[in-house]
Amino acid sequence: MKLNGAQILVQSLKNEGVDLIFGYPGGAVLHIYDALDAQDDIKHILVRHEQGATHAADGYARTSGKTGVVLVTSGPGITNAVTGIATAHMDSIPMVVISGQVPSALIGNDAFQEVDAVGITRSCVKHNFLIKDINQISSTIKKAFHIASTGRPGPVLIDIPKDITIEQIDEPAYADAINMRSYQPVVDAEPEKITKAAELILSAKQPIIYAGGGCVIGNADQELREFTRELGFPITLTLMGLGAYPAKDELFIGMLGMHGTYEANMSMHDSDCVIAVGARFDDRITANISKFCPTAKIIHIDIDPSSIGKNVAVDVPLVGEVKSVLQDLIQALKGKKTADISAWWSQINEWRSIDSLAYQTKEGVIKPQTVIETLYEVTKGEAIVTSDVGQHQMWAAQYYHFNEPRRWINSGGLGTMGFGLPAAMGAKLADPDRDVACVTGEGSIQMMLQELSTMLQYNTPVKIINLNNGYLGMVRQWQEFFYEKRYAMSYMEALPDFVKLAESYGHIGIKVEKEADLKPALIEAFKLKDRTVFLDIITDPNENVFPMIPSGAGHNEMLLAGRDDMASTNDEGLNLV
Amino acid sequence: MRHIISVMLENEAGALSRVAGLFSARGYNIESLTVAATNDETLSRMTIVSVGDDGIIEQIVKQLDKLIDVVKVTDLTATEHVERELLLVKIDVNPNTQADIDRQIDRFSGKIIDVSEDTYLVEVAGQSKKINEFLDSLDVSKILEVSRTGVTGVCQKREG
Repeated sequence: MKLNGAQILVQSLKNEGVDLIFGYPGGAVLHIYDALDAQDDIKHILVRHEQGATHAADGYARTSGKTGVVLVTSGPGITNAVTGIATAHMDSIPMVVISGQVPSALIGNDAFQEVDAVGITRSCVKHNFLIKDINQISSTIKKAFHIASTGRPGPVLIDIPKDITIEQIDEPAYADAINMRSYQPVVDAEPEKITKAAELILSAKQPIIYAGGGCVIGNADQELREFTRELGFPITLTLMGLGAYPAKDELFIGMLGMHGTYEANMSMHDSDCVIAVGARFDDRITANISKFCPTAKIIHIDIDPSSIGKNVAVDVPLVGEVKSVLQDLIQALKGKKTADISAWWSQINEWRSIDSLAYQTKEGVIKPQTVIETLYEVTKGEAIVTSDVGQHQMWAAQYYHFNEPRRWINSGGLGTMGFGLPAAMGAKLADPDRDVACVTGEGSIQMMLQELSTMLQYNTPVKIINLNNGYLGMVRQWQEFFYEKRYAMSYMEALPDFVKLAESYGHIGIKVEKEADLKPALIEAFKLKDRTVFLDIITDPNENVFPMIPSGAGHNEMLLAGRDDMASTNDEGLNLV
Repeated sequence: MRHIISVMLENEAGALSRVAGLFSARGYNIESLTVAATNDETLSRMTIVSVGDDGIIEQIVKQLDKLIDVVKVTDLTATEHVERELLLVKIDVNPNTQADIDRQIDRFSGKIIDVSEDTYLVEVAGQSKKINEFLDSLDVSKILEVSRTGVTGVCQKREG
């Protein structure tokens, strides 16, 4: 049977098991949309902006573990999608983005809605393709899904000129498997390195497990639990790793890094053996790299060889899938006795007793931390929480105690404001029976508001928790600390009435101004199972995120709320972001 | 330290820009870069000369290896290898300088490939160091035009 390129493309997506696409039509992809319309297996979500499509596909991928799929047109369609592609790339999220391109004969002619999509996205994708021949469509789709979802996952772009989607050929066979000589991700770490790591672990007196997003993406949470409990070692998680190990567990000593707990950062600083599991020593984690872990031997488990030694010198590199490497390590450690670390635990518990996440409540003001704690209580810690970027993101990470992986969905690497709402829509589509909350702020939410319309059309009920303090809070906090309270352009004077705004989009809006109303409002919102509810919560405009490692400082130089209300930095710190 | 990195990559459109883009995006330095097809027409060989400390070179090798189109990366500097570069240089020649220039060309095993009334076009092949020395041996004011290919290289062992 003869099929056109668009039909082959859609058939190939079906062969990959795709049942959901986030997209936006336009001239260059009209043949593809026509082919989509002629079938029922793949559902299409019409977003209101292409960035929304990529974030929604990203939220869907993070929640389900499947590859998110996006379809956009040429020119502005793909340029609008770039921020979402870069967001997925930084956090290693499997995604396939299909972009239309002007007809082959017009490429390079500055045609209407033409951009060099492959060139523009090159540095923010795992790989990209420009299809030049109808015979390449099915094999390119096969390769794209293989590359996006294996090894260190990431986004893959396929740019397809319009003429190729209307040409016809006999229906091609779809390959079952693929083998690329130039792409062979490692699975197992070298056995001798496992032995070496095990020796180091057994002799450690002040060990710490530092686990990251790789444990979530690599589905290694069960192995991480077994490994940690078997050893009885303290464990800290990065922002991206939250949920990979239960927050309520005694061995968990809190998040690590700039706004991590005092005990986690102090333990890293004083450790003699850091076991990094699916984490990449990002600058928000290491703080000042020259002051990082001065006395520790470092074991680093990572799927990506280029992560090893990139920021920090490593003593034992273990390159492989985190799940498989942890299994091998558990095996190698079975029945062996670790050193006595009771003195280390006493020290950690002493740091813990400082209670670095304690905060002062104030009469007549809603503290943002209280909002998150109440959200946790009302949802019994069972919701999927997406967030935008800023102070609210840190408070959500600190006060919503994630006990399971794939429940905390946020843009950790790129730090993309606007991510939270479309990601929540994607999460709800991936797990329709679970409550989804989008913790956001009045700054971030305005970057992707239009997706409220999509959420009505496809009935994806989400609870929006808007921590409204009138300020771009994280910017304001830095300006307070490091720019002598010169609040340059961080205050928004003319905010919309979010209640009316939600209502105009067909949703429910609730404004909360008193703490006494907070819990009842949250309970009411979550009772409305099939409605999106926008909770506009007016919070303390002066609250800062603590504890904090100011730029340029080390892990042992944290500032604590109540004690160090004013942070300072030095010239070196000011030059860091 | 100067390193010569040899990269075997799929002979696909855009492969060169992926490598060039990687170097600029990550702030690595490229002293020279040459690329051409090999005896296997599906593969290209790229030879890159870069300067950096061991940590940077290690990252360059790993980041290159991470590119999906890259089949194999070898730091030739770490192995027994041969490197060659080709120079084409146009030199102003007159009866007073000719003898000296002829002597230098001979000393560096160069070859005069074209002669006009008052110019030589000379080719010299060899290690970059030799080419630098040849150019240094000439009177700067007599060098009219220089074109260098950049370094290419291979590992000496049978299995490179």
